[in-house]
Amino acid sequence: MADYFLQQYKGLNVKQWRFEISSKQGFSDISGKEVLESIGQLNISSVEDVISEKVFLIEADFDQDFAERVGCELLADTVCQDWHLGKSGIPAGPMQASVVEVHLKSGVTDPVAESVKSALADMGAGEVASVRTARKYVLLGNVSEDDCATIARRILANDCIEDVIFGMDSDPPSPHTQPYQMEVTEIPIRELSDEQLTQLSKEKDMFLNLKEMRTIQDEYKKLDREPTDVELETLAQTWSEHCVHKTLKSSVDMDHDGQKIHFDNLLKETVFKATKDLNKDWCISVFEDNAGVIEFDDEDAICFKVETHNHPSALDPYGGAATGIGGVIRDPMGTGMGAKPVANTDIFCFARPDMKLEDVPKGVLHPRRVMKGVVAGVRDYGNRMGIPTVNGALYFDDRYLANPLVFCGNVGLVPREKCFKNAQPGNLVVVVGGRTGRDGIHGATFSSGEMTHEHEDIFSHAVQIGNAITEKKTLDTLLQARDANLYESITDCGAGGLSSAVGEMGEKLGVEVDLKKIPLKYAGLTYTEVWISEAQERMVIAVEPGKLDAIMAIFDAEDVEATVIGTFTGDKKLTLRYDGMQVGQLEMEFLHEGICKYDRKAVWKTKKLSEPVLEAKDNYNDDLKKILGSYNVASKEWVIRQYDHEVQGASVIKPLMGAENDGPMDAAVIRPKYDHDKGVAMSCGMNPCYGDIDPYWMALAGIDEAVRNLVCVGADPERIAILDNYCWGDCTRPETLGALVRASQACYDGAMAFGTPFISGKDSLNNEFVCEDGTRIAIPYTLLISAMGIVEDVNRCVTMDVKKAGNLIFVVGLTKNELGGSHYYKVHNELGANVPKMDLETSVEISRRVAKAIEQGLVRSCHDCSEGGLAVALAEMAFAGGLGIEADLRGLAVSDDCIKPDAMLFSESNSRYLIEVQPQNYDAFAKLMLNLPFGQVGEVIEDKKLLVHDANQNTVIDAGLDDLKAAWQKPLAW
Amino acid sequence: MDNVKAIVLRAAGINCDLETEHALELAGAQVERVHINRVIDDPAVLDGYQILVFPGGFSYGDDVAAGKVLANQIVHHLSDILHKFIEDGKLVLGICNGFQVMIKTGIVPGLNGVGKLSLTDQVVTLTDNDSGVFEDRWVHLEPGTERCVFLTPGKRLYLPVAHGEGKIVAKDVDTLEKITSGGFAAFRYVDTDGKQGPFPVNPNGSQDSIAALTDSTGRAMGLMPHPERFVRWTQHPHWTRLKDRDGMADGMTIFTNAVNYVKENF
Repeated sequence: MADYFLQQYKGLNVKQWRFEISSKQGFSDISGKEVLESIGQLNISSVEDVISEKVFLIEADFDQDFAERVGCELLADTVCQDWHLGKSGIPAGPMQASVVEVHLKSGVTDPVAESVKSALADMGAGEVASVRTARKYVLLGNVSEDDCATIARRILANDCIEDVIFGMDSDPPSPHTQPYQMEVTEIPIRELSDEQLTQLSKEKDMFLNLKEMRTIQDEYKKLDREPTDVELETLAQTWSEHCVHKTLKSSVDMDHDGQKIHFDNLLKETVFKATKDLNKDWCISVFEDNAGVIEFDDEDAICFKVETHNHPSALDPYGGAATGIGGVIRDPMGTGMGAKPVANTDIFCFARPDMKLEDVPKGVLHPRRVMKGVVAGVRDYGNRMGIPTVNGALYFDDRYLANPLVFCGNVGLVPREKCFKNAQPGNLVVVVGGRTGRDGIHGATFSSGEMTHEHEDIFSHAVQIGNAITEKKTLDTLLQARDANLYESITDCGAGGLSSAVGEMGEKLGVEVDLKKIPLKYAGLTYTEVWISEAQERMVIAVEPGKLDAIMAIFDAEDVEATVIGTFTGDKKLTLRYDGMQVGQLEMEFLHEGICKYDRKAVWKTKKLSEPVLEAKDNYNDDLKKILGSYNVASKEWVIRQYDHEVQGASVIKPLMGAENDGPMDAAVIRPKYDHDKGVAMSCGMNPCYGDIDPYWMALAGIDEAVRNLVCVGADPERIAILDNYCWGDCTRPETLGALVRASQACYDGAMAFGTPFISGKDSLNNEFVCEDGTRIAIPYTLLISAMGIVEDVNRCVTMDVKKAGNLIFVVGLTKNELGGSHYYKVHNELGANVPKMDLETSVEISRRVAKAIEQGLVRSCHDCSEGGLAVALAEMAFAGGLGIEADLRGLAVSDDCIKPDAMLFSESNSRYLIEVQPQNYDAFAKLMLNLPFGQVGEVIEDKKLLVHDANQNTVIDAGLDDLKAAWQKPLAW
Repeated sequence: MDNVKAIVLRAAGINCDLETEHALELAGAQVERVHINRVIDDPAVLDGYQILVFPGGFSYGDDVAAGKVLANQIVHHLSDILHKFIEDGKLVLGICNGFQVMIKTGIVPGLNGVGKLSLTDQVVTLTDNDSGVFEDRWVHLEPGTERCVFLTPGKRLYLPVAHGEGKIVAKDVDTLEKITSGGFAAFRYVDTDGKQGPFPVNPNGSQDSIAALTDSTGRAMGLMPHPERFVRWTQHPHWTRLKDRDGMADGMTIFTNAVNYVKENF
């Protein structure tokens, strides 16, 4: 077989070289092993072993000698890898073998190929026409064609972005694309009937409803012309749920158990209103920029943004999650004049990873595959960016099966004097960073709709593939340019691509762009595709013409591509050209303000639920172990360790600390400036289970939990800002919207009580899935509250691991008979009715006093009491500290109805803190807590046990720490 | 010499340059972070420094293999100037990705000659962790030689590792023997009692528990753990449990030794 094929390229005879790289004998083939393990999970037993190989296809004009150098010097690590030029045969031996090759679809970003291209240039390779990479798998054993196809589809390849080639003889897809023939397309709309308008919206994947289509129709009737395709697309992007949050901003008539409440604008009268009413002078920029900005110190501000990337992660978990984190990092990069990202947060919701294969509907990936892919995607992108991933959570519920939730957050540091933008007419529009391809087209509109079993096929183009290094380079140079004052405004290209970024930046000014100037990954894109592509790693800046050379020099010096694509005009119009010819023009006012307002109906009927009767027991060891071993509570060490949480050298409170570095911390703290002891703390709160009873209390519990977590590590409760991320189902159903209204009301009440303004937020609606048989799976009401606080002096931070035998354990806060939605009920398959509620005034006072105790140095350890209640919190503190705790429930401050030991042990009442105090500080601590519900419940002991005695002095928990820790670590120790 | 100057080399995907600069400054050096393109344009830039650091990160995304593309770039553009730098008695330190670059250029262990860069004679490599995934965890390190200027003989260090490709593997038994008996293993992973052991004591499955390599001069060292991430006590993973938080944080040992060496020898 020939080692290469001859082809013509730029008039040269280029050869196509194929390199195969495999593990040397004696070296483990990690990817092959992983595939084999996954095949086992599919219950396919015919595969006895898997060999994986990397394939490089290089079209270049070098000769055989040079090709051999490429093999051994660049592509293979000759200590542990073999390389082969050309296609290798099937391995000799008695076993049958099937070969499967996985190639990226043409146009999908291939970062490795780009690096190889530049390395070839360093080697002096001459003309290189193309580099592609692929993966080759040899399945050993008597594998049927059907099994082979299943393995390829379920494990080896993702249809959205990859092509599979079976056997030895087929050729890989061509890397070359056809050039684009320019043609302006008008779309007649003025004469269409309502039915036809709806049809048009559907055909073009615009996800606009009839009312919006009519608004557009009226506008063009007024203009007396038809829209061009790019104009319609721009409107669809800008008016998408994803971009304008039309549901949360609509007027709502709420019927709450018969009582009528009206909102003119739901968001403005709940979440925004709290921020406005609180009017904190340390808020710098809220709900107006890409991230919310608050004061850090006299010189710097910090900003925080949390985004979801749910739909893309459902289709391609790895790529979806990677671009989720990549995208949210660009938010702080595009906030003010650009912040330096200093920390990432990640919260995921999945179905149980051990779900049976046959319970997974068509068009849905298995939750284990989703989880592994999502974690790997965030890991690879976040780690490559050099931003520590310091805080997160994992939540499991089978209703997330078809709609996994991926929340990615980023915190950035920005100088106080660079918190606002100032683009002026005459400034040039410059796009910086990645090139534009066909990836991610219709991401904004697609993520605004619900998913069906056919989405995999129809929306494969909405999947984006990231290249972290492009973003890192872009960031490095942009910060240099920012500090040299070389640009006037900056924003990121996110959902809607350039159409949103440029459209927003030019909203007040007007802007003119020539779409032909935008650098492309490959030929063939139409002007509309260029305009709405959501290709990653692109930022848009406004540059004064006089500073262009200076800023370009910075980009050039570090191989970052930057291109002038237009000008800010001052005519308040969006004008699009292609090679000089006008292809679309829209009034900024119509684009941004023209969207019609909605009136929606919402209903909330208080649910009639009852408390289950669970048998009283003498001993709750097993219940405790079951809760510790439930996926939600279990140790997330497998995930956490894959994230670099220490890069940038700023970590103070890491996600895992304690005697053996494996205790679960309540919040993360970083010290973002090397020469200051001031810190930033980050945490989150979320409890969808409570939403099944009442989303109002769910939302309040989320705020309380997020605040509690920050207070636990030593943050100042007077300086906490919070963020909301709603993930909801279809809000055209009044009940679903009613639940959202309830949660929003709680957001207002909670923020006001705690004095914690919302500074940024985002919603993702329509998280529903329609199965082939018409069954609908909707996610539980999910509200993530993320919180960010200031720690005055990081040297005073506190962790949750107990420190010394003889120290006293206090519980501050009232334990009530509130097992509704608890993990205790969950492990008994019950929901219950008594959802944890709150007396806001007391909750706030408790947080302040606990913070004061920490500030005064009275606290040796402090732990938030939440999922699993007191028993779980005690167990975690004990095993994290490697010391036992003996507790007596008689010391617990309880409400009158909290009598039974299981309620005391497992109730999830809010606003409770477990605190370790040295005996000599008993008086000082007790004095500080005066008039609050609190009590001494126990003592730290040398014996590595958790002992809990109930009111009658029966020992209701008597368990070894090693046992408890093992139960907690086992489920996700993958 | 009092005026110790260090250069921290940046490249696409390098991301530990700022904290490495900070650690060197704490140790008393004057530090500049310089992009590799500038050094390639004007290799003489290196003449002004006595310490060269390849910091951690994911140079060029670690595409192909960790550190490979940057190693390729360095060998093709900077071999001569680096050879001279090392011959002049100056110091080269590689941390994590920087170590991967040093091993793939052959600077360490340098069995083919001091400061001789090459892509073809690689005798030892850093490859995928046995666990198969990237991991961030803390490890204890025992010095394995007295020759290397960066370490304090007999002084054990506690530092974090954060990598996916940190397993040291030699080409063959003879090479491993040369490294072990020739004092090329600068640090080994050990437990709290100083003994070698399986995962997680040895976090990646490195042969002979090797965590760091030096060359025959002892003036070049590459290590997988990150000394720049433990330069103050609040970075320790159980600092809230420690009674004694005075004294130098472990990571500073390496930077201080480097700066002191230059002060005494230049």
